[in-house]
Amino acid sequence: MSDIRFSEEHEWIRVDGDVGTCGITEFAQEQLGDIVYVELPEAGRQVAQNEEIAVVESVKAASELYAPVAGEVVDSNQALVDDPAKVNADAMGEGWFFKIRLSDPGQLDALMDEAAYLALVAEQA
Amino acid sequence: MRYLPHTEADRQAMLAAIGVGAIDDLFDDVPASARLPELLDLPNHQGEMQVERDLEALAGRNLSAGAAPCFLGAGAYRHHLPAAVDHLIQRSEFLTAYTPYQPEVSQGTLQYLFEYQTQVALLTGMEVANASMYDGATACAEAVLMAHRLNKRRRTLLSGGLHPHYREATVTATQFTNFEMAAQPPDADGGEDLAALIDDDTACVVVQNPDVFGRLHDLSPLAAAAQAKGALLVAVVTEVVSLGALTPPGEMGADIVVGEGQSLGNPLNFGGPYLGLFASRQKFLRQMPGRLCGETADAEGRRGYVLTLSTREQHIRREKATSNICTNSGLCSLGFCIHLALLGETGLRRLAGWNHARAVQTADALGALDGVEVLNDSFFNEFTVRLPRAADGVVSDLAERGILGGVPLSRFYPDDGALADLLLVAATESNTEDDIAALAGALAEVLS
Amino acid sequence: MSHASDLSRPGAAGAAAPITTNSGHRGLDLEEPLIFEQDAPGRCGVDLPEPPELAGRLGGLERQAPIGLPGLTEPQVVRHFVRLSRNNFAIDAGLYPLGSCTMKHNPRLNEKLARLPGFADLHPLQPAETVPGALQLIDELAQWLIALTGMPAVAMSPAAGAHGELCGLMCIRAALEAAGDAREVVLVPESAHGTNPATAAVCGYRIEEIPADGRGRVDLAALTERLDPTVAAIMLTNPNTCGLFETDIVEIAEAVHQAGAYFYCDGANFNAIVGRVRPGDLGIDCMHLNLHKTFSTPHGGGGPGSGPVVLSAALAPFAPLPMLVRGPDGPRLAEHATEADGTAASFGRMKAFHGQMGMFVRALAYILSHGGDGLRQAAEDAVLNANYVLAELQDQMSLSFPGPCMHEVLFDDGFLKDTGVSTLDFAKAMIDEGFHPMTMYFPLVVHGAMLIEPTESESKASIDQFIASLRHLVERAKAGDAALFAGAPYLAPRRRLDETQAARKPVLRWTPPAEEAAAE
Repeated sequence: MSDIRFSEEHEWIRVDGDVGTCGITEFAQEQLGDIVYVELPEAGRQVAQNEEIAVVESVKAASELYAPVAGEVVDSNQALVDDPAKVNADAMGEGWFFKIRLSDPGQLDALMDEAAYLALVAEQA
Repeated sequence: MRYLPHTEADRQAMLAAIGVGAIDDLFDDVPASARLPELLDLPNHQGEMQVERDLEALAGRNLSAGAAPCFLGAGAYRHHLPAAVDHLIQRSEFLTAYTPYQPEVSQGTLQYLFEYQTQVALLTGMEVANASMYDGATACAEAVLMAHRLNKRRRTLLSGGLHPHYREATVTATQFTNFEMAAQPPDADGGEDLAALIDDDTACVVVQNPDVFGRLHDLSPLAAAAQAKGALLVAVVTEVVSLGALTPPGEMGADIVVGEGQSLGNPLNFGGPYLGLFASRQKFLRQMPGRLCGETADAEGRRGYVLTLSTREQHIRREKATSNICTNSGLCSLGFCIHLALLGETGLRRLAGWNHARAVQTADALGALDGVEVLNDSFFNEFTVRLPRAADGVVSDLAERGILGGVPLSRFYPDDGALADLLLVAATESNTEDDIAALAGALAEVLS
Repeated sequence: MSHASDLSRPGAAGAAAPITTNSGHRGLDLEEPLIFEQDAPGRCGVDLPEPPELAGRLGGLERQAPIGLPGLTEPQVVRHFVRLSRNNFAIDAGLYPLGSCTMKHNPRLNEKLARLPGFADLHPLQPAETVPGALQLIDELAQWLIALTGMPAVAMSPAAGAHGELCGLMCIRAALEAAGDAREVVLVPESAHGTNPATAAVCGYRIEEIPADGRGRVDLAALTERLDPTVAAIMLTNPNTCGLFETDIVEIAEAVHQAGAYFYCDGANFNAIVGRVRPGDLGIDCMHLNLHKTFSTPHGGGGPGSGPVVLSAALAPFAPLPMLVRGPDGPRLAEHATEADGTAASFGRMKAFHGQMGMFVRALAYILSHGGDGLRQAAEDAVLNANYVLAELQDQMSLSFPGPCMHEVLFDDGFLKDTGVSTLDFAKAMIDEGFHPMTMYFPLVVHGAMLIEPTESESKASIDQFIASLRHLVERAKAGDAALFAGAPYLAPRRRLDETQAARKPVLRWTPPAEEAAAE
């Protein structure tokens, strides 16, 4: 799982070639509870790093997702629109949100690896 | 004091339980400079009888609309209210409940909100409606803000046929944004061509039907023109009873419909409280302001209702909320819901038919007078007449004769001389043929 | 006093077998379908004859398709809404300790007077000479509000508390702009009502939060440090949402004014201090009053409210239209800037017509009934009751900040630690005890907040019963009876409702069965 990186906003990015798949972490979905709604970016959109890119809502909370890296949105997971519960069921797999073609792969270096992220979670839990 | 249950002994016992000697001790956190050691110089408490006398004396100084033939409209209409409406809204369980945040013990409120939302959606021809807003004018402002959220454009076209209070409330609500409110001049002759004014930066076009002069419009061409440019059509209805007779804005292509619901279930109340209707398309749901009630099931699988999609609202979204509003017009929407339940399909259509019929009779009677010209080709229950002299003076003269004859347009546009002679006249089912004859007779008299 | 009746719940040891009924009713707990499910075409609850056949002037816009409204008669409609009403908790039925919402008794005299034809049957656009009593009523209420708050002016038209906030912030922004002073930021404490930041955002301001100190009050040092020429205003609730009086409020006002900013006070909790403190003596610039809280106009299941805003002399010229102008012939209504007096620079109109007249009548009747002495006594009793609850529960529940409190007392969920019971569960169990839950999870500054506001309307006996119930529930929670709480309520018209389902697949209106089937 060395290709997965994590942000402090509790998002993950898994890079394959020059495209990264992004979502929220298991910890984040647990904190939010039942996800009832997601708002996804349109393919083709250019985003800067840390730009607001998507929204995830539970019954009582709404959170923004921030682009963990800069680039162009190439896809988003339309299956979540009909069935947002997928995020709860499989946050790191079928519950992915969007894919970004990285414009600066170097930005990945500033993100956490799994061990560092788990340490952060342990601190916040 | 009849509303305060504690005896002095209770108070002393409670102070002792708290462990303080006097009530003053509980106010220790108040800075000494701001404590009022003694009663303010104000009258003391009074019994029911005295308060009743005082307020009855004030009420008695007013000419109530029911005591005179009343032809006033312009966004507030006098209709007959079935007795059951006021009885039911005074049920303690409706009157003295809070917002239904605890759905297990609020199903009464929630179910009628669900019914109300359905009624509003049906009447306007839209897919979804919210649980009501403060009034029609604030609903209009909220619709404009919603349109700007949806298409992120800057400009709004406000028709010259829009009720001036709605226009002003919308301009006020958006004045500290970077949106541009292109408010058109009053459209007394019905010649305005809004479609030609829509450009690529136009977020929405706001148009009223019937317009403030009473004229009716087929909104379809304007809806098509707006759509072609990527703008939204916001349709405003200030007389909801008209929807019993007219093609609803939803069928004519409106994207958002707002209106004033006072006509159903609510007395005139000198202007408030009223209720703002707000309906839109399902696809715009997430950007709608206000409370929404939705169907769900309880832990035993029984159907029930809850407030839903609250992540749009201020108590969760705070500064990112779709609106700062946190109340709806609960009890007013209950009155609306009950009145419309009593009317049903048959009753509302007949009610609308009577309103139109009375307005036609009134227009014919006034149009037959020398010097009086009815300006409208089309109308529902309200129309504009041109008088041979300033309308505000005529209205005062009519009031001296015990007749509330209409609303002079100068009340809205005091500085527009071209409108000074125009009078808005509304008639509803509550006007009798005698009322109409009295108005025509008195008008002939004051104009002679 | 304690009744030993156990909550009978499915599977509970010793509970009676649940009784199922053929009708779905449960004794007095009557199920009621939607009005749309009781339709019979042609049936009608009003007797209106067919309108006369006339040459219509509808311009070819006659409605073609049916509307789809159901037909019911009057007895059906009456029964429908009576049945619905019985599924609501209400202040008339029991203690409703919803913190920050002020669920106090709604006197029926006020309802009667609001229905006098001389108020209820007035059209807002009648000629001024036909409504002098209405204008005088508004003016009398305005004068009371001015006297009670110690502020020089009041804007009467805002429709509710949040609308009043908007009014106040718009006055502030208009005043700053008139002085050529562009500022960008509004400071809001963490504990603020959500409407505060939402309102500031509508006025184009950026919101910054200021922290609380360890005593549940605004951190004066942090505030002073943040104040600079970019700050337009602070929005502060006092007494605050933790039920505490802001002890540094005079210093806060001074610091805010020194920085050239304005002090907006959220008056949602004015009911705690009426007659004992005038906000004008604290140095505030404007404050909205929730007539439906402090002055007891009914909450009506979520409205309508009314939110007049008292204003300092500096802000008064910017008040919204219409405004009441006092003249030699009594009050008159200025609906346009040109009709107001010379100093007016109104920021504009906020709604149609003149304000919530129906609420004004009720509020004035409440004020005249209480008088200056009764209003002060009401505030004192409200504070007394909250402190009594504090005193009687602080050994069992976790008091967030030391007392005395004002009109409401804040607990957090510390006492539920390791019980498996959440604030939500605890609140739902209160329903089975016959009480409306307190405000939950607000304010946000403590974990699992429970904000209790008994109000002055409750007798000592009523509060004692409430306290005993809460103590009982705390004992059950601490005794490890988490399952009891997880399923609560058991005895309400509905068990817990599935809010997730409601939000995932929103069903916001009834649709005819045929349409529903076709849509699938």
